[in-house]
Amino acid sequence: MYPPNFNLLTPKSLEEALEMLAKYGSESKLLAGGQSLIPLLKLRLTKPKYIIYLGKLRELSYVEERADYIAVGALTTHFEIERSEILASKCPLLSEVASKIGDLQVRNMGTIGGSLAHADPAADYPAALTALEAEVVIRSLKETRIVKVSDLIKGVYTTDLRPDEMIVEVRVPRLGGRVGTAYEKLAFRATDYAIVGVAAVLELDQEGRARRVRLGLTGVSDKPIRPRGVEEELEGKLVNEDLIVKASKKASEGLNPPSDIRASSEYRRAMAEVLAKRALLRAFKATSM
Amino acid sequence: MEASRRYIGARVKRKEDPRFITGRGRYVDDIQMPGMLYAAFLRASYAHAKIKSIDVSRAERIPGVVGVFTGDYFKGKVAPLMTAWALTGADLKPIKWPVVAYDKVRFTGDIVAVVVAEDPYVAYDALEAIDVEYEPLPVVVNVEEAVKPGSPQLHDEAPGNVAFTWRLVGGESFDEVSRKAGRTTSFRLVNHRLIPSAMETRGAVALYNRWTGELTLWVTSQNPHVHRLIVSSVLGIPEHRLRVIAPDVGGGFGSKIPVYPGEVIVSRLAMDLGRPIKWVETRRENFIGTHHGRDHVQYVDVAFTEKGEVLGIRVRALANMGAYLTTAAPGVPTILFGTMLSGPYKIKSVDVEVRGVLTNTTPVDAYRGAGRPEATYLLERAMDIVARELGMDPAVVRRRNLIEKAPYTAVTGLIYDSGSYLEVFEKALAMAGYDEWREIQAKARAEGRLIGIGISSYIEMCGLAPSRIARATGFGMGLWESVTLRVHPTGKVTVLTGSHPHGQGEETSFAMIVADELGIPIEDVDVVHGDTSQTPFGMGTYGSRTLPVGGGAVALAARRIKDKARKIAAALLEAREEDITFSGGKFYVVGHPEKSITFQDIALAAYTADKLPPGLEPGLEAVVFYDPENFTFPYGTHVCVVEIDRETFKPKILRYVAVDDAGVIVNPLLAEGQVHGGVIQGLAQALYEYAVYDESGNLLSAGFNDYMIPTAVDVPNVESYFVETPSPHNPLGAKGIGETGTIASTPAIVNAVLDALAHLGVKHIDMPLTPYRIWLALKEKGVI
Repeated sequence: MYPPNFNLLTPKSLEEALEMLAKYGSESKLLAGGQSLIPLLKLRLTKPKYIIYLGKLRELSYVEERADYIAVGALTTHFEIERSEILASKCPLLSEVASKIGDLQVRNMGTIGGSLAHADPAADYPAALTALEAEVVIRSLKETRIVKVSDLIKGVYTTDLRPDEMIVEVRVPRLGGRVGTAYEKLAFRATDYAIVGVAAVLELDQEGRARRVRLGLTGVSDKPIRPRGVEEELEGKLVNEDLIVKASKKASEGLNPPSDIRASSEYRRAMAEVLAKRALLRAFKATSM
Repeated sequence: MEASRRYIGARVKRKEDPRFITGRGRYVDDIQMPGMLYAAFLRASYAHAKIKSIDVSRAERIPGVVGVFTGDYFKGKVAPLMTAWALTGADLKPIKWPVVAYDKVRFTGDIVAVVVAEDPYVAYDALEAIDVEYEPLPVVVNVEEAVKPGSPQLHDEAPGNVAFTWRLVGGESFDEVSRKAGRTTSFRLVNHRLIPSAMETRGAVALYNRWTGELTLWVTSQNPHVHRLIVSSVLGIPEHRLRVIAPDVGGGFGSKIPVYPGEVIVSRLAMDLGRPIKWVETRRENFIGTHHGRDHVQYVDVAFTEKGEVLGIRVRALANMGAYLTTAAPGVPTILFGTMLSGPYKIKSVDVEVRGVLTNTTPVDAYRGAGRPEATYLLERAMDIVARELGMDPAVVRRRNLIEKAPYTAVTGLIYDSGSYLEVFEKALAMAGYDEWREIQAKARAEGRLIGIGISSYIEMCGLAPSRIARATGFGMGLWESVTLRVHPTGKVTVLTGSHPHGQGEETSFAMIVADELGIPIEDVDVVHGDTSQTPFGMGTYGSRTLPVGGGAVALAARRIKDKARKIAAALLEAREEDITFSGGKFYVVGHPEKSITFQDIALAAYTADKLPPGLEPGLEAVVFYDPENFTFPYGTHVCVVEIDRETFKPKILRYVAVDDAGVIVNPLLAEGQVHGGVIQGLAQALYEYAVYDESGNLLSAGFNDYMIPTAVDVPNVESYFVETPSPHNPLGAKGIGETGTIASTPAIVNAVLDALAHLGVKHIDMPLTPYRIWLALKEKGVI
């Protein structure tokens, strides 16, 4: 398949990339790992005049511990996230999510910034980053702003990003205390997008009461969803398996997931409950580990 | 002979592997020529429409565009494509497929314009600059709709969209056996549409030399000589001036048998423009423009006794042929389906009628198994349905019905060659631990777990075919195979085969046969295929025919060489021919082991030619055209154990055991590979793959995102075992192994999944059995 003509720009630094964005804005597209943009180009579904290739910006590929958050550079690949020792010990949810994206080839090329900017409604990161209440750092030549992931994603392939902006970093708050996390993904094939994906973060106090419960659902709406009903059902209560089973039934409250050739909306609703339960049960187990 | 076998039966690694694994194969798209142009095709925007006008002026003005050609250009120059399998006695309609549509498009893969440009990027840019005005017509994609009165009509030649009606009645009448049997059951089965999805998409490069009048066509083909015959006739050029080369071909699964518009278009334009032209399908084009497989709706009646004996099968089937009849298409849902409907069972009556129905979809033709998977799925579902109705174990029902031993004449008229069907069945059950699994299943059910066990016993008709039978069915050619076996003066051998391996590994297995027959190292034998200027006219590779028929020809040719070599040996050793014995690559005088001569010395003597016996021609070469006396019939039993997740309803295969009798196994490594690949391909139909059209005739599953081919992570370990009963029908005793897995696995897996759900009241779910469809069936039963 043959993409249409475009001009390829290869900035050597972030500043240069931002200058190009400022200049070409909506006529341009950023190319990071190319796992979404390249197929779209080959299918001629997008025809940018300029492609700004970010592959030389190695400074945007990192995982770092900072005072109250962990910083992940926008160009960090899924594979690097999956294998990061910092994340494995401080935020295993993100490593787990990364390990369940696509296949090895995709994980070797795809980046966290690229995935978030593409905003596929069935992508894996948004579920976890919503549950983690993570933020992204967005830059343009003029401005740096910090936006919650839940506010970044506006809808199907739609974000809060302006044409001259790019995501440069993802900030995941540090989790403290007795915390367990899990990501449950249902896909018919190993390499597929999620039919439904549920990320869970469960924080208990010393008595075993839920201090904070956060869930993120993907695949069930035009953007990641936090099922507040489930969170509220658990918060402040002594957590046990029965309570989780009961609370999970609220995961589909208010959901109106899409139907497609793979599965109906109703199936996705049912699976949201099943996966919420599984994710919470596993997160609960992890709190005592 | 047996004692001197070094290679046959050994796990010899493929000679092809180094070049394929390192990416050094040479495929059509690897061919580059100075001055080469690139063609791109504009495909129809509608599945059914009249073409009112085409404006190519904007496209023509794009720099780098050499020309834009529409249907009117080709109309008088190139004959339309027609099927080569003109079924006899089936009222087959003369359906014509213009290589470029000029009045009407009938599916979204129809080509409406061709751009030729200096590079492919420009060609695809230019496609977007062509303006076509259509008058949309009503669309029909579903066979049950297409045969209803008032349905949109595709071809004037085929009223009611019926391209042919084929019937076969074998044995007693169905009504008679159902009276005797006492019980009948009826069901409707959908054997859904699949997309072959070979790793290499199709393509062609054409080069015309106007001074010699020779046209060379590199094309992705499973049968280059058939391509040559048909393309030369469609173009109206002499057959001997067309050279067809199918270089390395990256898989076909049947989809590279037919002649398609693409190769004809680039051939014609290469002649007209005087420059070489390349066209290679994009993956999306491959989904839409390369033929699909299966797609039947079957209405089945089964007559059976209280004891579980199945006496009769009556089938009325609608086969979706798509928009046109392609090269082998009519034979697939008829000859290759209907004659197999008694399977490995002692069924006394088969009555089958198949209507080939035209719809606004991609044409349907042979796809790995071709007709036989559709028959096996039907029968194996029937066996389980009968068992369920009688409250019997499906294994017991099969045991009651299986033929014990071959040779056996089936009611459909086929004479099964060799084997012990019941014994192989029992072996498969024992190896899989069938009885133990039934116990595990019972315990699991008590715990609320969903475990199911599925069996599939199959037989298939391979080694196509005796020419007299092929011709009697209306096939356009005989179905023999050819070889030229050339021994060079140093004793090295070149095998020029009419078969066309495209992933099956015959460069290795044919070399093994020759090496064993002549007692020489495998390194001394090279196999050449795919070039009509080098190889004798041959029929190609499909229908698991290459080893039994092509390999049979190779074995016969090697034996002919050996006969001549023996004569030469007798002369050189000054002994009588009948006193010469052959072993380990040497000819000996009986009783005088010191008097010997090597095969290599004989080869040299054949060319120095001064010491040949009187009347013997110099040289050492054999040409064999081998026409088998009958088909071969691989058979076997596969057992699958599956567990379904109680909440997501995702099936997981716990065990998969395949016991196959494909006759003599030449190379177990390659044979197991065929079983593994075949089983996975059949599993894909059972659980994953599904071609979906919307009502406007758009293929929704036109990419690997939506057309779900399972990955290595999704598939089970396949345990493959062989029983080797030689087929008496060919010189090797081989039966063919390319399709057994695909034929057997689909019903084994579906039966297993449905067995897991049996106690919940689910009788049947149409494939693919995705978690969603299983969930839906349970929902409908009110179980969840």
